[in-house]
Amino acid sequence: MHTISQVLGDDHQRCDSLFAEAETAVAQGDWLTGESAFNAFHDALEHHFRMEEEVMFPEYEARTGQTMGPTRVMRMEHGQMRQLKEDMATAITARDRDRYLGLSETLLIVMQQHNAKEEQMLYPMADRALQDSMEQVLSQMDAV
Amino acid sequence: MLFPGNLSLDQAPPISVPFRFLLSAPLFGVLAGLLLALQGPALLAGRWTPGVLAFTHLITLGLVTQAMCGALLQMLPVLAGTRVLGAVAVGRVTHLLLGGGTLALAIGFLADGGPWSLAAAALLGSAFLVFVTALGWGLARAGSANPTVVAMRLAVIALAVTATLGVGLALFWGGIPGLLFLRSLTDVHLAWGLLGWVGLLVLGVAYQALPMFQLTPEYPLRLRRHLTTALFALLLLWSVLYRLAAAERIPSALPVSAAATAGAALLLFAAFTVRLQKRRRRPLPDAGLAWWRLGLAGLAIAVTLWLAGRVWPGFAAHPAYPLWLGGSYLLGFAVPILNGMMIKIVPFLAWFHLQNRQLALGRVEVSVPNLRELLPERTTRWQLRIYVAGLGLLALAPLWPALASRPAGLALAASWGLLGFGLGRAARRYRRVNRQLLAPAAGEIPAA
Repeated sequence: MHTISQVLGDDHQRCDSLFAEAETAVAQGDWLTGESAFNAFHDALEHHFRMEEEVMFPEYEARTGQTMGPTRVMRMEHGQMRQLKEDMATAITARDRDRYLGLSETLLIVMQQHNAKEEQMLYPMADRALQDSMEQVLSQMDAV
Repeated sequence: MLFPGNLSLDQAPPISVPFRFLLSAPLFGVLAGLLLALQGPALLAGRWTPGVLAFTHLITLGLVTQAMCGALLQMLPVLAGTRVLGAVAVGRVTHLLLGGGTLALAIGFLADGGPWSLAAAALLGSAFLVFVTALGWGLARAGSANPTVVAMRLAVIALAVTATLGVGLALFWGGIPGLLFLRSLTDVHLAWGLLGWVGLLVLGVAYQALPMFQLTPEYPLRLRRHLTTALFALLLLWSVLYRLAAAERIPSALPVSAAATAGAALLLFAAFTVRLQKRRRRPLPDAGLAWWRLGLAGLAIAVTLWLAGRVWPGFAAHPAYPLWLGGSYLLGFAVPILNGMMIKIVPFLAWFHLQNRQLALGRVEVSVPNLRELLPERTTRWQLRIYVAGLGLLALAPLWPALASRPAGLALAASWGLLGFGLGRAARRYRRVNRQLLAPAAGEIPAA
């Protein structure tokens, strides 16, 4: 049976790969590849956030009664990453290589710290809390 | 289940705690470089010259330990899910005592002992008492014992051993009678400091930092679980065997084989790290990665030199040998890894605190500078080039002291000066933007 750790953890990997692809292309000055890889990364990350914010976090909060705990911090960090992501989109449009690379390095560190917290703590906790409704939660996330 | 505190933003200490350490660390490097430039050939005349001792301790205590203390106080909540009780006070007191003690110790070496060494013993002894107690308390309470937390615990124990022996040696140097026996423990002091305190912490942090910043695969779980513990056990074993061999109760081959096993463990770490970096998913060249590469090469050279010295005693007897060995470990391995860490952590903390403040105050019109705007890649690249030039000159200096020692000192001082300048500029930028965020917005009436 699949778990939240597997599904969302694998999705982190997918986002990371797209991120690296975009960053490499921009660093090499290949704006065409860079832009399409960035757009793919942008959408993948947004999709990932929505799977969590629209399905997984509310289910977890309803089950544990914790709304001010880890999910609140995760939502705040999503906000930080969204802002960096939008700034990167502007830098792509402006073909501003230095600004893009500065922003992408910043996003990388925030994103990796965030992922580590989720993969090491929140997802395993959610796997336990949502054990008996796992199929349903996963199919709801799949539909986002 | 208790949720580890590291998901709460207010667990991170105020930025002043890590900054005071990380910003003063390069200054001690500059002092060390200038000392070498000033004394030149005299400093490098042997392993035990007052100049070498002062230089070494300006680096180990001033540059390396300052940076490691600042980073530990910052990282404990993030990596270990625990906090340091009274982190602000602990940071302030440790920083002052450590800085003052380091200067007193360096002066003590140069002025041939006396009251300066006694003052250094008192200052450094209190600094480490405060720091080890505070860190130990936090680490003992860490919710999860992941391999990084285990490495941090062992590193802090190693710091306590190093500091105890070091304070004893400083007291002896200061003229306290009856401590002559400690001289025979100098190598034990050195091994616990370099392999224990510095080595164990570098390993533990690498387990987290490499996958995070360079998108490498994880270190294998078995390596993460066992390598630091094995190194610590080998260090302990070596210390006992070393004493027994010194008393001629066992053959000296026994401590040598314990040390050789520790050397092999370090080589294993370096080899795995290079392999992981080859498989990283982020191919972008980056200054942090370059510092890591330099550090790993330094580690491999240091271990190889040590082994070569055991195989060819004639090589080990050469006056240049101890300088090369110590230099390659300290300046080739430890300092570059820490340098690579400092150039990431200082701009990231500045960004992190500014961004949180911006979100909390809703001041979206104030733009928060990103990592490379805070510390330009250009600065770190030049700093690296100058450092590598300094290292090259330093490697030649034991052979051609008159020619190479002063330029080596100048290049190292210049590189650390540039590091201090870059980090200082990031900190000033932080303060400026922070003031803008806190200032009342245009057209807004400040609350009474």
